[in-house]
Amino acid sequence: MASVKAVSSAAPLALRIVAECPVSKARACTLTLPHCAVNTPVFMPVGTQGTLKGITVDQLEDLDCQICLGNTYHLGMRPGPELIEKANGLHGFMKWNRNLLTDSGGFQMVSLVELSEVTEQGVTFRSPYDGKEILLTPEQSIGIQNSLGSDIMMQLDDVVSSTVRGPRVEEAMHRSVRWLDRCITANKNPDRQNLFAIIQGGLDAKLRKACLDEMTKRDVPGFAIGGLSGGEEKDDFWKMVTLSTHHLPREKPRYLMGVGYALDLVVCVALGCDMFDCVFPTRTARFGSALVPWGSLQLKQKQYAKDFQPIDPDCQCPTCKRHTRAYLHALFKSDTAAMHHITIHNISYQLALMRSVRQSIIDQRFPEFVKAFMKRMFPSSDQYPSWAVEALQSVNITVS
Amino acid sequence: MKLQLSRVVQGCRLGVLTGLGKSGQHSLELPGCLLYTRCATVPHLTQDTLHTLRDLPSVTQVSVDSLAEHQEVLEEFKEGVRNFAGLHDTVLFSSLHDSANTSPAGHVTNKTVSVWGSGGRIELTADRFMAIQEAIQPDCYQSMADGETWQANTSRKRVRKAVDRTLAHLDECLVLHQKSQELKQAEIFGVVEGGDIMEERLRSARETAKRPVGGFVLDGFHSAAMDQDVRAQLIRATSAELPQEKPRLVLGIGRPDEVISCAEAGVDLFESFFPFQVTERGCALSFDYTIDPDPETAGTSAPTVLELNGEMPAVKKLNGNGVTNMTPFEMNLKDKRYQDDFRPLVEGCGCYCCKKHMRAYVHHLLVTNELLGGVLLMLHNMAHYLGFFKALREAIASERLQDFKNRVLQCREGD
Repeated sequence: MASVKAVSSAAPLALRIVAECPVSKARACTLTLPHCAVNTPVFMPVGTQGTLKGITVDQLEDLDCQICLGNTYHLGMRPGPELIEKANGLHGFMKWNRNLLTDSGGFQMVSLVELSEVTEQGVTFRSPYDGKEILLTPEQSIGIQNSLGSDIMMQLDDVVSSTVRGPRVEEAMHRSVRWLDRCITANKNPDRQNLFAIIQGGLDAKLRKACLDEMTKRDVPGFAIGGLSGGEEKDDFWKMVTLSTHHLPREKPRYLMGVGYALDLVVCVALGCDMFDCVFPTRTARFGSALVPWGSLQLKQKQYAKDFQPIDPDCQCPTCKRHTRAYLHALFKSDTAAMHHITIHNISYQLALMRSVRQSIIDQRFPEFVKAFMKRMFPSSDQYPSWAVEALQSVNITVS
Repeated sequence: MKLQLSRVVQGCRLGVLTGLGKSGQHSLELPGCLLYTRCATVPHLTQDTLHTLRDLPSVTQVSVDSLAEHQEVLEEFKEGVRNFAGLHDTVLFSSLHDSANTSPAGHVTNKTVSVWGSGGRIELTADRFMAIQEAIQPDCYQSMADGETWQANTSRKRVRKAVDRTLAHLDECLVLHQKSQELKQAEIFGVVEGGDIMEERLRSARETAKRPVGGFVLDGFHSAAMDQDVRAQLIRATSAELPQEKPRLVLGIGRPDEVISCAEAGVDLFESFFPFQVTERGCALSFDYTIDPDPETAGTSAPTVLELNGEMPAVKKLNGNGVTNMTPFEMNLKDKRYQDDFRPLVEGCGCYCCKKHMRAYVHHLLVTNELLGGVLLMLHNMAHYLGFFKALREAIASERLQDFKNRVLQCREGD
């Protein structure tokens, strides 16, 4: 393990805890990464193929986005790591000068590609573009991510659906630990690129704990909580999250993968998570769904045809400052720009929500923030989802 | 609205249209183009991305095609399309059809025309047409017209009927216009029809010119409608019948070579659906319109010498990559050769796309069907098209129109 420690001591990352909630596990930090500092808790929008769904990088900067995601599987296929490396990495290819996080590619292989097979060597799958069989090993995943030049890389993990139980979950957990070591060894740029471990173990508390024990022995720059947000019961979900944050080191960032609903974000910040990503806000925008503090508006519905208010009168985004629900409703029938307007609004909503969360932690009023958030989101307290109430109660925030 | 002509060179009218807009503070240089929109939005672009472009036309074009279905909403809104769509301060020109689409034929009657929105066909009487204009609240709008004569082999009888109907529509629109509060400050443009029959064109022009219109729309000259020489002849003769001091807008003409030919025949205004069409086929306008030869390319490709009479080089079918209707003025960015091309779309172009991004990135966005591909191409293509019009005006002003034509018309071979 000696070599592993040496790698991490040079990690290009610094986490400064700015404030901690005296009641819950929430914390506000400044995460300094190679391209700029990131204020946490942070929501990271997903730009799968080196672009954020119709939004220019300047628009994304104007929304004050400090970090976004790229997907290794997609970018590795098209345009390919060689080309991106020639373009000075993904930053140079897409002309984004702030931070990027890339996933390992493993999740997409299991979720998108039929006939993928996992062995100790890696994940084997058939390319959807040319039908060739491809083996993705931990070394290759890191190799591609080194070419992409992301600020945060994710280890290749053995992903099992969160609804699977039994010995396969345990096998995947142990294999993910072994693959972590291979990823650490494979990283060619430990001085420029951070490698995060991914905690696995399904919904089994014992396996999660074992994975946490094993992985926290490695001095990696940060940890992700993986294998959740895949259709499991919310009661199981939050318990795995809070178990994970309980055992993760205080001085390192904690990234909860695949979480992006406003309620989940607020609850999981209370449980001690710092970073989140999800395609939901941008994907739902393209279907005409605009996020608001009281839920969402399905702008394609007829009820908005003559609604001359902005999406959210209190929102400061470029869409709300200029356009009405009625116009967006009309525009949806003729042009893709309608999607761009709502994508901008939804990203703005997510980022503004996280800024408010952070400020409330700094101001030592996070529990009050959570209560006000719940009140706004739900018409009455008997509609609060019980899992959220329990999860918040577990960190001493009583909302109902 | 006032048209001031500064000079006429080879038939091209150089001038400026002033006193545009509600308070008359806008102007538009001629020859020039209107800003193309669908549902009052330049396709793919938010107001923020659109306004990264400099020197946008001061006149935005909207079409009844894309707005008729929203009539009731606009009537309830009461403040017109400009406010409804959240547009910046701009002059609004409202036309009947969206020139980027071909309207199905066979739906015109003596009393009605049809438009096509997202929900299908909407039949309009003059009353309804004018009610929609009142809801749109444009600064200028084209009168209702029977423009179905663009198809090949339209009979003389049908053409005559189109001219008669269009004049009758104009008279009806004028009566309603004069009664309208909402359209009090708006200008109505009369529509000249007549297909490819000279005497009908002349009759249509003369009769329309007798009416109190602010300007003229030349309809039925779409690229598919007729041979370029025939079109130029018809337009030249038609223009001669129209008063010098009123602007002429031609519909359905977008290609740079056709624009030049129409400008020489006396047309002042054009639409800008062409850069949108180029965008939709994944292409980027890349033709050269700079008169001063670029030292890099000057030695390699000699300008084609063309006759003054408007003879154009045959359009090469560049369909090797499966892109239909591609013109020689553009490059197909989906082509594999741009995969690792780290240059901007057009060297020296000042648009957001070219200043920021490279061909390889736009190629990637197009082959992966990413929405940003359309955004970046639309920005570049509009910028390039506006640049072309600016260069055309400069060429007329500096008496270098022939050099300009030679430059634009030299058919590009590869890259």
